[in-house]
Amino acid sequence: MSIHPDFEPKIVAFVCNWCTYAGADLTGTSRLKYATNVKIVRFPCTGRIDFLLLLKSFAQGADGIIVSGCHPNDCHYTSGNFHARRRWIAFRSILDMMGIDIRRIQYSWVSAAEGSKWADLVNNTVADIRELGPYSEYQKVADYIEKEGIDGEA
Amino acid sequence: MSKIGVFICHCGENISATVDVERVAKEIGGMEGVAHAIDYKYMCSDPGQTFIKEAIKKYELDGVVVGACSPRMHEPTFRRACAEAGLNPYLCEMSNLREHCSWVHEKSEETTEKAIDLVKMLVEKVKKNKPLESIKVPVTKRALVIGGGIAGIQASLDIANTGHKVILVEKDPSIGGHMSQLSETFPTLDCSQCILTPRMVEVAQHPNIKLYTYAELESLEGFIGNFTAKIRLKAKSVNYSTCTGCGACIQKCPVKKIPSEFNAGLGTRTAIYVPFPQAVPNKPVIDRVNCNYYKRGACKICEKTCQVGSIEWDKEDEIITEQVGAVVLATGFDVKGADFFPEYGYGKFKDVLTGLQFERLASASGPTFGEIRRPSDGAIPKKIVFIACAGSRDPAKGIPYCSKICCMYTAKHAMLYQHKVHDGESTVFYMDIRAGGKNYEEFVRRAIEEDTVNYIRGRVARVYEKNGKLIVKGVDTLLGGEQVEIEADMVVLATAGVANCGSEQLAQKLHVSYDPYHFFAEAHPKLKPVETNTAGIFLAGACQAPKDIPETVGMASGAAVKVAALFSNNELVREPIVAVVNRLAPPLYSTCVGCFMCETACPYNAIEHEDIKGRDGSLIRTIARVNEGLCQGCGTCVAFCRSKSIDIQGYTNEQVYAEVMSLLND
Repeated sequence: MSIHPDFEPKIVAFVCNWCTYAGADLTGTSRLKYATNVKIVRFPCTGRIDFLLLLKSFAQGADGIIVSGCHPNDCHYTSGNFHARRRWIAFRSILDMMGIDIRRIQYSWVSAAEGSKWADLVNNTVADIRELGPYSEYQKVADYIEKEGIDGEA
Repeated sequence: MSKIGVFICHCGENISATVDVERVAKEIGGMEGVAHAIDYKYMCSDPGQTFIKEAIKKYELDGVVVGACSPRMHEPTFRRACAEAGLNPYLCEMSNLREHCSWVHEKSEETTEKAIDLVKMLVEKVKKNKPLESIKVPVTKRALVIGGGIAGIQASLDIANTGHKVILVEKDPSIGGHMSQLSETFPTLDCSQCILTPRMVEVAQHPNIKLYTYAELESLEGFIGNFTAKIRLKAKSVNYSTCTGCGACIQKCPVKKIPSEFNAGLGTRTAIYVPFPQAVPNKPVIDRVNCNYYKRGACKICEKTCQVGSIEWDKEDEIITEQVGAVVLATGFDVKGADFFPEYGYGKFKDVLTGLQFERLASASGPTFGEIRRPSDGAIPKKIVFIACAGSRDPAKGIPYCSKICCMYTAKHAMLYQHKVHDGESTVFYMDIRAGGKNYEEFVRRAIEEDTVNYIRGRVARVYEKNGKLIVKGVDTLLGGEQVEIEADMVVLATAGVANCGSEQLAQKLHVSYDPYHFFAEAHPKLKPVETNTAGIFLAGACQAPKDIPETVGMASGAAVKVAALFSNNELVREPIVAVVNRLAPPLYSTCVGCFMCETACPYNAIEHEDIKGRDGSLIRTIARVNEGLCQGCGTCVAFCRSKSIDIQGYTNEQVYAEVMSLLND
């Protein structure tokens, strides 16, 4: 049981246009139902996703984040998803070291044919984040930085 | 302040059934920078588009957000409408209220709230949108067709007849594909080769078609109108410019027991071979895996036989480069073979065949010259059982889809059998009979009524051998689920049609999508059946999904028209979704520091070095510049850039940050 019964997680999904966005379209055409908590931001490719956006989202009050693109070898642009994957591996360890809860970020691959996988991904992420509860730790850091400046001299 | 117009579509009831569209329009209307917000039943219709056009003029809008279906569906429609009203089309964005909201959620407060959020995101994005100009690119008016079956043949001929050059690549030594293997075709029973071979000859003789057999696509680079294809010409070991196709080498070749691919393994061929007598080109290749010389270094009998000295032992694979403007994928399908049906004994019992093998038995050019004879002992089977849906519509086998052609060819097989073996008895086990198509149902009725084929509705559990007979054990579900056992001399499985081996790798080379079964994915299931998601690459035939000959030919002609339409332009207009490096006034010039991380990131080699020079010609700095002809707009460079100096039009940092901020800022 969750300790936050009324908590509705805010989740942002950063997805690529060619695989996951199309996959989520297929979820719609197949009329598969999923939770309303996730809102999609469309990118041309996961390679385009600047991971500072993820931090910005947490600073703005996101409780969870989904990043999803094409499966390895299926990238519309040949290699953008490989760059994203490598960036995620590096970024993940930095976040972890900084004490940011990496369970808040769900990294996945959903192809244009995997409508049901998208629905599952959303529902599972929402359930996981619900379990973890609201996320305000990073927001506090961001507020502090905004107030004090990055070097403590605002 | 911005003056943005927001247009919320009901999509009939597709959106309005679960989303309170009026409330969405009302709440968005109260947003800062929104000058006009309405909802309407069908935004994409002519009156809907007129609302948008009139509002642009009346309210002098500087941005438009349409909350409707997926932008993958109607973004071009609404951008065109905006352009017609004088608004730069790239100031129009779509919010996906149907696929991403109304269709996936129940009617509720939350669903409407989400719809409002989705529209808000795009309103904030549009505030940061900049007018963009389309990029013009030249078109190479030459098409590449991959696959020389009936789909590829039809597409090639149709494109060639519009006056454009075609390069046709076929992996086998001859064009013809599966259709050349068929005996007769449903529902007319005309001979497959009789209708196909004249077309094959036409391909070979057409002045606009360059045919490469025994060749495969190595790589494809570039974009619509401007592809560079590398084609591997596999070593044939025979010089086609001198070979006369006399066939003496084939007769003398000592390696004679290789299972013939053309005869689906029922006949044999030699190591130097022409796949079938009507092959185009009718010249042999040497199968290096089986040839004595390549295996053991001795033999060369064919060389001694050849009077024109055409054998080239040391010939190697050659890779050629061709520039093309469009690609038609026509790589066809495959049938499930051995090991897939242990319960039906395929591969264990010689007289259990696939449908394709039965075609070869029934074909006049087949191993038995058209007589139905058992592979095991050459006897004429007196009792034959056909099992439909062998693999198809069977989620347990991983093939939940219907292979579409099997009901018809099974009826045809049973009919051909009855025509050839007058005292024979044929039985068909089926799940349902799917005979949609002109004269198809009548054809099946004819098999049942005139040719007295015994149709039993039910599945077959297994096939086993007893006293030299094949026992087919199944159930008759129309007679109360009674168990049925039939002693048969031959069993034919209507095996599932599956994607061709290697189609996944080919899709990855071409950057086209594919479905879970590795069939290539069309851009839209209804309205763009021959296009792929990659502009300039089209689909024809069974590489998209199993289909019969008339459908394949129709689709191939459809793809050819798309190619011809593309080639009717001297230049193409491309979306300006490309990266740009910022340029500023001196003394800064640009925030780019010239680290060229973007160059390492770019998969298209679109990053160039630009020297900034002073008035005296001295070099001040070298910065990056994007070649917009090469840039495909993936934006990987943007995420790589350390100084945030490179950005991608249409998805700028400013735009995506605005989206994220709006989403969470409440």
